[in-house]
Amino acid sequence: MNPRRPMQPSPGGRRRGAGPSPRRRMLLVVGVLSLASLGLVARAFDLQVMQKQFYQDQGDARFLREVKIPVSRGTIFDRNGEPLAVSTPVMSIWANPPQVLENADRIPDLAAALGVDAGELKEHLAQRADREFVYLRRQMPPEAAQAVLDLDIPGINAQREFRRYYPSGEVTAHVLGFTNIDDHGQEGLELAFDDWLSGKPGAKRVIRDRMGHVVEDVEQVREPKPGKNLTLSIDRRIQFLAYNELKNALTEFDAASGSMVILDVPTGEVLAMVNLPTYNPNALAGSKFSDRRNRAVTDLIEPGSTIKPVLMAAALSSGKYTPTSPLIDTTGGHWYFQGHDIHDTHNYGLLTPTGVITKSSNVGAARIAMTLDTALMYNTYRAFGFGNSTNSGFPGESSGLLRIGRDWRPLEQAIMGYGYGLNVTPLQLANAYATLGDHGVMHTPSFIKGADNDPRAIVSPQVADEIVQMMETVTAPGGTATTARIANYIVAGKTGTAHKAAAGGYSRTNYTAAFAGLVPASHPRLVGVVIIDDPQKRSYYGGMVSAPVFARVMEGALRLLDVPPDNIGRWYAGGPLMSPNGLAGSKPPTDTPIDDAPVEDEP
Amino acid sequence: MIHALHMRMRRFLRRILTRPRIDMPLAMGLFALAMVGLVTLYSAGGGDLGLVGGQAARFVLGAVLLLLVSRIPPTVLRSWTPWLYAGSTALLVVVAILGEGRGADRWLDLGFMRFQPSELLKLTMPMMAAWYLHPRQLPPSWKDMAVVGLLIAIPAGLIAKQPDLGTALLVAAAGAFALFLSGVAWWRIGLLLGVAAAMVPVGWHFMHQYQRDRVLTLLNPEADPLGNGWHIIQSQIAVGSGGIFGKGWMHGTQSRLEFLPEHTTDFIFAVFSEEFGLVGVCLLLALYAFIIGRCLWIAMEARDTYSRLLAGAIGMSFFVYVFVNGGMIAGMLPVVGVPLPFVSYGGTSAVSLLSGFGVLMSIHANRKMHD
Repeated sequence: MNPRRPMQPSPGGRRRGAGPSPRRRMLLVVGVLSLASLGLVARAFDLQVMQKQFYQDQGDARFLREVKIPVSRGTIFDRNGEPLAVSTPVMSIWANPPQVLENADRIPDLAAALGVDAGELKEHLAQRADREFVYLRRQMPPEAAQAVLDLDIPGINAQREFRRYYPSGEVTAHVLGFTNIDDHGQEGLELAFDDWLSGKPGAKRVIRDRMGHVVEDVEQVREPKPGKNLTLSIDRRIQFLAYNELKNALTEFDAASGSMVILDVPTGEVLAMVNLPTYNPNALAGSKFSDRRNRAVTDLIEPGSTIKPVLMAAALSSGKYTPTSPLIDTTGGHWYFQGHDIHDTHNYGLLTPTGVITKSSNVGAARIAMTLDTALMYNTYRAFGFGNSTNSGFPGESSGLLRIGRDWRPLEQAIMGYGYGLNVTPLQLANAYATLGDHGVMHTPSFIKGADNDPRAIVSPQVADEIVQMMETVTAPGGTATTARIANYIVAGKTGTAHKAAAGGYSRTNYTAAFAGLVPASHPRLVGVVIIDDPQKRSYYGGMVSAPVFARVMEGALRLLDVPPDNIGRWYAGGPLMSPNGLAGSKPPTDTPIDDAPVEDEP
Repeated sequence: MIHALHMRMRRFLRRILTRPRIDMPLAMGLFALAMVGLVTLYSAGGGDLGLVGGQAARFVLGAVLLLLVSRIPPTVLRSWTPWLYAGSTALLVVVAILGEGRGADRWLDLGFMRFQPSELLKLTMPMMAAWYLHPRQLPPSWKDMAVVGLLIAIPAGLIAKQPDLGTALLVAAAGAFALFLSGVAWWRIGLLLGVAAAMVPVGWHFMHQYQRDRVLTLLNPEADPLGNGWHIIQSQIAVGSGGIFGKGWMHGTQSRLEFLPEHTTDFIFAVFSEEFGLVGVCLLLALYAFIIGRCLWIAMEARDTYSRLLAGAIGMSFFVYVFVNGGMIAGMLPVVGVPLPFVSYGGTSAVSLLSGFGVLMSIHANRKMHD
């Protein structure tokens, strides 16, 4: 049998045994194939009719995506419309790791464009290969992001975002605070007004292909609502002035930290609030948390002698005292009261109540305090805002500490008269002085321009005005703060030099140098509080360290705000000859101020 | 001598043109299928006319081959069979030695085109089985079955080694169909299937990891939705979301948005299903059924055993291509690289298929004479 014989006919014995006929086998094949075909059709029916909805939803879920329409955060302006915080558009690059890893040879290009190490990038992606969305770099400048996109690497996409930029940087850092990478306020006014500023991102439904590219916009699901702008009460120019002067003072006196608060007396609006040390809100990384604190509202100080005008408000309200009577005996400069030596730096002899303020006599203040009804004194302190939050709305604002009056021991009441035994914030102190300046009307301090600041009278206008007049003597010849003088303006103020509280008592070498003042004293417009913590060089007296800062900042602020001088008459009438102490001329006199004496021990 | 050969060639070519031996129903079915294929490819390729043009050129080349082959009488074809089989198997050896390809060494680069020798075996394998069985007494004895089994095992083994398990199984199936049609007794078939079933665990042991993954993925596509399960999930979504009437030509989202992989080649049926729905699927399957039915009818009408076995095996193989591809895109069978005949984009497949149909045309032209 040669199989290659071409013409061999079909073998005759086609059937062996009971083998099936070719025809039957063929029919069987047709039957089997038909059944299999029916199986396919049944499966198609199952998928396309029975489970159609499921698969359609699955399909839609794959390409129909609801994406966020980013909205910009509202701009923060200062009171004159200068931008303090603006949102700039940036791009964030994200990747679909499996797709990028498919083109692993492009990773070095990608890494170069992103400015990262190629090996690390590959590792980063490989570890996240089971995800579909991984940020590679956030908040890139738009041009740099475009350069990455121009590489046209599959699986690399960009997302538009907004980044916060603070043109005034560290000068306004504490007031404004900052936002996190998702554009939400974390600190300061950014946090306090987050809802107002952030707006509502919109949403739209888009068709996206597998690469994540948006092919088509389908519909807008939610209207984007951009964040609203915010106009602060802060005056950027005054803020800068305060910052610079405070910084110089900290350097000059080698101090640890400092704060300055300036309020607009008629409204209670905050015109400036600076703290040092500070940080750069545009580059948060590396800044210390302690530097991010807005010390002017969070930190507690013992006010020392700066409290004396408030004590005087209680004294005058009691009816027992007028600015000139009765005389108070401070002879010897010491008062041994309940085993404690309350003392002054000099022996001032007999002083009028005004003299107690002028010379900042602790003995005088303690004696006055001891003649007052405890409830009256406590209520007055309380009314001036000590022990209560000012309700300025600043996040993390401290209420300070003021023990309730009925628990006061006599010694406590005595030292409370010159500012120990209670804790206040610089903002509380400024607001108390602003109340005196606004004829006894207190406002809620506010960071927003034109807000309703809830004015309420807490002390009679007559008392308030008298105290302001008493404080004018502090900057006059013989006062403790002649360094606070400003040419052509009358300054009313009060110094304070307090021993810092330390473990187990008060430190003998660490002080808080304070000055609080009002200008122009005849029609107070501005109140300023300067607190300088722990000056180590040259001087530690409030009159030497803080008062000059006040004078220099206020001189500029008055000019910027175009506040009419109230001392020009004296200038013209008398001229320099009538003011041998140098009231004329822009430079404040440099006669050594006399300051209040610290207590010896913890009460 | 050369002159004589030249004259024979001229006569042969003239006869093709003047007296074509074409089975019109089959030809019309194939033509309709090719048109459906081109239309679907245009959509799946995203409106790329170059893609469609290339495919049309292959159809023309395939049609020319069909006409040429249809002129070769089955007896001549039978006499060439051992050489064709030996030649194509030798090419597999060549590929195994110096083949180049993507992940799998299947391609032979001829300079002007790359082609897969394994594709040739889809035709030469059933030819060889039919050639061997033709002069034997049927149903075949154990010895004959063993010889055919060996003839199947050599090329199938070479192809499986490439590794291209899908094609290896298709080639083996083509040979086995010829054997089946020769009338192997049922008890023997049962016995062989039993042995084959027992060999499955052994075969599993020898499979490549990616091949195992494909089978496991079929059983649970959700286990790895971005990796091996991706094809199956995306394909089922495409088919299912098509619904009864489909999303319309050029409107299939799964392929347009590139969620569906291989949407111009192995998964083009999913694109078709998405765009034309259940109605389209049934019509396309009916067209395939008509062509396959015609093949089997030609087999029944065939004059001798060789022709009958060959025509039947070709028809059944054709069915298997459609069924395996359809089963794959419907998530019933593992993902194997089997294109949908005449619709999937791809070179060698359409050309070799049309050559096979040329053989059928020739068999039909030399069918039994009914008195």
